[in-house]
Amino acid sequence: MFAKQLTVFIENRTGRLSEVLNVLKENGVNIISMSLADTTEFGLLRLIVNDPVLGKEKLTEGGFSSLISDVSIIKIPHKAGSLQELLKAIDDNGVNIEYMYGLSVDTDKAYVVLKASNIALADEILTKNNIETISCEQLIKM
Amino acid sequence: MIWNETKECMSRDQMTNLQSARLVKLVDYVYHNVEFYRKKMQAVGLMPGDIKSIEDITKLPFTTKDDLRDTYPFGLFAVPNSEIVRIHASSGTTGKATVVGYTRYDLEIWAECVARCMTMAGIGKDDIIQVAYGYGLFTGGLGAHSGAEKIGATVVPMSTGNSKKLTTMMVDFGATAIACTPSYLLHISEVLATEGLLDKIKLRAAVCGAEPWTEKMRQEIEKRLNIKAYDIYGLSEVMGPGVACDCQFHKGLHVCEDHFYPEILNSATLTPVAEGETGELAFTTLTKQGIPLIRYRTKDLTSIDRSPCECGRTSARISRFKGRVDDMLIIRGVNVFPSQVEAALVDVEEVTPHYMMVVDRINNLDTLEIQVEIDQKYYTDEIRAIEALNKKISHIIQQALGINAKIKIVEPQTLVRSEGKAVHVIDNRKYD
Repeated sequence: MFAKQLTVFIENRTGRLSEVLNVLKENGVNIISMSLADTTEFGLLRLIVNDPVLGKEKLTEGGFSSLISDVSIIKIPHKAGSLQELLKAIDDNGVNIEYMYGLSVDTDKAYVVLKASNIALADEILTKNNIETISCEQLIKM
Repeated sequence: MIWNETKECMSRDQMTNLQSARLVKLVDYVYHNVEFYRKKMQAVGLMPGDIKSIEDITKLPFTTKDDLRDTYPFGLFAVPNSEIVRIHASSGTTGKATVVGYTRYDLEIWAECVARCMTMAGIGKDDIIQVAYGYGLFTGGLGAHSGAEKIGATVVPMSTGNSKKLTTMMVDFGATAIACTPSYLLHISEVLATEGLLDKIKLRAAVCGAEPWTEKMRQEIEKRLNIKAYDIYGLSEVMGPGVACDCQFHKGLHVCEDHFYPEILNSATLTPVAEGETGELAFTTLTKQGIPLIRYRTKDLTSIDRSPCECGRTSARISRFKGRVDDMLIIRGVNVFPSQVEAALVDVEEVTPHYMMVVDRINNLDTLEIQVEIDQKYYTDEIRAIEALNKKISHIIQQALGINAKIKIVEPQTLVRSEGKAVHVIDNRKYD
């Protein structure tokens, strides 16, 4: 199962991140998880939100470039070694991880957002290994 | 010292007579050897015999950089390739290089002109000169080199790119002169200061050119290095460095006008302006064999002074350049046109056609940043993809311009969309 991620391209200048967040706030787009990848010139703000389509629409109106892409949100036990086991399953099948970030919503489960070089294959591997993936909607309900 | 007193100090009448005789010969030569000129003259009903003296030059049609491009590569050559012994090239407005060819005689004349300039800068056979212009298709390195050899100086062909080696050799060899771009020399002065070598050098003169600089920058160089700095001018189409140079009085650049006839034109009407007025500089190469040029429009703005100079020379002097007619930039000595960037970016479908060039001078070296916007279709959530795109554009720009530029990918709609003539350049370099 895939989830929709909203990615915003932000130039590295003062106040720019805040402007993006302001657009989301004003339109009631709630952020469930986020990751900010930065370089010296620009950053990519990756968001899991309650309504990515609305978020993208409002950001475009506000003059920001964004895109929606598929990622996997993976449920793993909240215990030492579980992330490593997950990665092993993916690595063993020769799939590369483009990026990953995590969130922890309760005491016994954690979630990681993962973008693989081949997302369809990654999904297949996860299913085969009985690793649970969830949608944004399910995540919101938690 | 004056290298060629006969030619550099002749009376105005003598000079006019010499120029007239050479022009008559030149027009006959190009008419019979270059189809391009023959057709152009025929189009306006001119025969070689109609040109009887230098005053008749205004009857002749102009030549532009576009003509060189349209006849790429050898269309304006007046001799077969068997007579050409060297080729140089500079960047053209739309990617195609401007190619010039030299006969053995042309190279001799070139060396003669540079020799005059070097002598004007007080350099002679006892000097050790480091030539730190680029050697290659660019005329700077080999041009300065041949002139320095002609006066019998000891030439060290440094070329560009290794400041550490240059400063080490400057000290170890006891170099007394240097030829390079003024911004590079400022950079060298900083390297010397950092390495604590300033009091160990024997440098006393510099011949700088290939990019615009100011009187203030000249004085700054003189002060930092405790040397005399001179301004040398040239353009590859006409010859290369050595077309003109300033003497110790720094009141304009003496043109080697027995070889290059200068005209100052009103850019709008293309008619000659009164002496002393600013206009576009055009050159006619009076003695060139390989690729003679008739009334070649340089697009450089200057004025001319034909009064004798305190140094004893009578050759016409052109003032320090006051700008350009077109949008050409000179970055690290390389001619760059915004249209080249535009043409290069058209082939990159991941970016929009909008761009901005930001030119600056950091630590005395020119920098070029090109800002581009990613096209909506190519947005990505991967840093790697954006960096790969950046690298790809960098490479394409390097291929197109011949210099490295920093590519900055900016947010959409942030580059100025102007109505009418778009502004594509921000030049932050200070010239005064």
